[in-house]
Formats: sequence, C-alpha cells, structure tokens
Amino acid sequence: MPTYAEVEVGHELPAQEFALQRADLVRYCGASGDFNVIHWNQRIATSVGLPDVIAHGMLTMATAGRVATDWVGDPGAVLEYGVRFSRPVVVPDDDVGATVTVAGVVEDKLEGNRVVVGLTATVEGRKVLMAARATVRLP
Amino acid sequence: MPLNRESIGRDYPASASFEVGREQIRRFAEAIGDLHPAYLDPDAARALGHPDVIAPPTFLTVLNFRYAMEGPLADPALGLDYSLVVHGEQSFELHRPVRAGDVLSSTQTVTEIKDVGRNEFLVTATEVTAADGERVATLSSTIVSRGTAAPKDA
Repeated sequence: MPTYAEVEVGHELPAQEFALQRADLVRYCGASGDFNVIHWNQRIATSVGLPDVIAHGMLTMATAGRVATDWVGDPGAVLEYGVRFSRPVVVPDDDVGATVTVAGVVEDKLEGNRVVVGLTATVEGRKVLMAARATVRLP
Repeated sequence: MPLNRESIGRDYPASASFEVGREQIRRFAEAIGDLHPAYLDPDAARALGHPDVIAPPTFLTVLNFRYAMEGPLADPALGLDYSLVVHGEQSFELHRPVRAGDVLSSTQTVTEIKDVGRNEFLVTATEVTAADGERVATLSSTIVSRGTAAPKDA
C-alpha cells in the first residue's frame, strides 16, 4: 500500500487492460438495475444510430476506477470519483468484446493525506472518459 | 420541447429506505469484474478497518436506479424524453464507504438545467444518509437531453 509521504506528483500507477464482453453487460444490467435496451439489444441499438450494443457508462467508470483502488489497496479509501463520458464503448457480439486500457497518474497532493489520481481510459487508442479523477486518502 | 426550468430545486425523496446486504454487494462486485476481498469477505474488510464488507465506489448507482421511477427523470412535470437522453457526467462524493447493513435514505434534487448548444444539460444531486442521520454520499449526475434546447434568435 503506498503512503502519502512517499508518493510524488507525476507518479504513474500500474496500467491495466480490461475486456468487456456481451455477457459482462448483461451481468451489469442485472446488478445495477439499468436494463436500457441499448446495452443488450443490437437491433434497437443500431435503430437509434449506434454502431452496435454499447457498454453502460457506469460499467466503464467502475472498470476504470480499479486502477486507483488496486493501487491504494483499500477501495474504501476513495473519497471522490468523477468522470465525463466522452465516447461510447462499443461491444461487438464476438468472443473478444471491447478492451478498455486504463492508466493513472498522481496529479495532486492535498492536505489531509489526500491524493488526486487522474485516470485515462481508452479503447483502440481513443478516450472513452474525460476528466476522470479519483481522490483517495493514503496512510 | 425544452425541459421545465421550474423543476430546478425540486426535491424527490425516496419513498422507502434502501437496505444494503452482503449478497447485493457481492453481485455488484462480480458484475464490475472486481473481486477485491473487501467487497466479499467480512474478515478481510475488518482487517482494513471496516465494520463489514464495503461496496465499490460506484455502487450507489444501484440506489439511483432503484428509485428512478419516482425521481425527477420520470416526472412528467420535467418533460424529459428518455429516448433523447445520454449520460454526460457522473460523480460520487463518499463521506464514508457504503457497507453491508446500511439502511440508507436518499433525496434526489434537480440542481441545474442549462443550454449547451442545441442540447440541454440536466444536473441532479442525490444526498444519501444512514439511518442514524450520518451523511454517507452525494451523487451528481449530468444527463444530456439531445436537441431540446429552445431555439435562439440569430
């Protein structure tokens, strides 16, 4: 577990890749209560102008946040977490799905042992989240 | 049709309390693909100083959906066409982690409606408190209503 004293602004968190497949979207529908058809029905997704079924923005947000919580070690250390959804994550009906690549960097150190982590989430090199930031408290 | 700006400031208290259980946290953690022991194992959570398993930081989205049909987005007075809606921004301010055993009260409020080009941005805040009145979390959600801004004079 990193400590406040040892962490410096600019420190890079270990990047991770996450696969999102159709089954993951269905599971998230059930767990979250968000059954919007664009997350599981290709016919309707394409009829409203989407290229295919897309992942829940909140699933992408939860996925990206793991780079921060895995680094801290205690997910209860997250004090704030916010994102802007800039681009849908398209999840094709194959055995690969979409791969979300998430990187993180310490952007700021605040009083009270708080650290601001900036997160970058991309799919095929394009950002799917903007202004993704988590504030965590370190020991 | 533009959204009804008289909705700004209106409170929508949830009609019932939201009881958080270990199995629901487990199911949410599995759905986001994160099997951190603090979400699944009470002993592991206690070792980190929590009284019981805690929920992932974005868990309270479940609460927002639980009461969506009685909240502002479903209120005909607001005039939102859900088929035009895109989720624009989301944030969670966690005063403490949500944990198993919590009995949560919540109130959702329309805090802002503004034009951004031809779209409208609708911002809501959800205040979540525990049974003893302790503040647990504040959620802020920005919904984009596509193409509904009132036409502007050239």
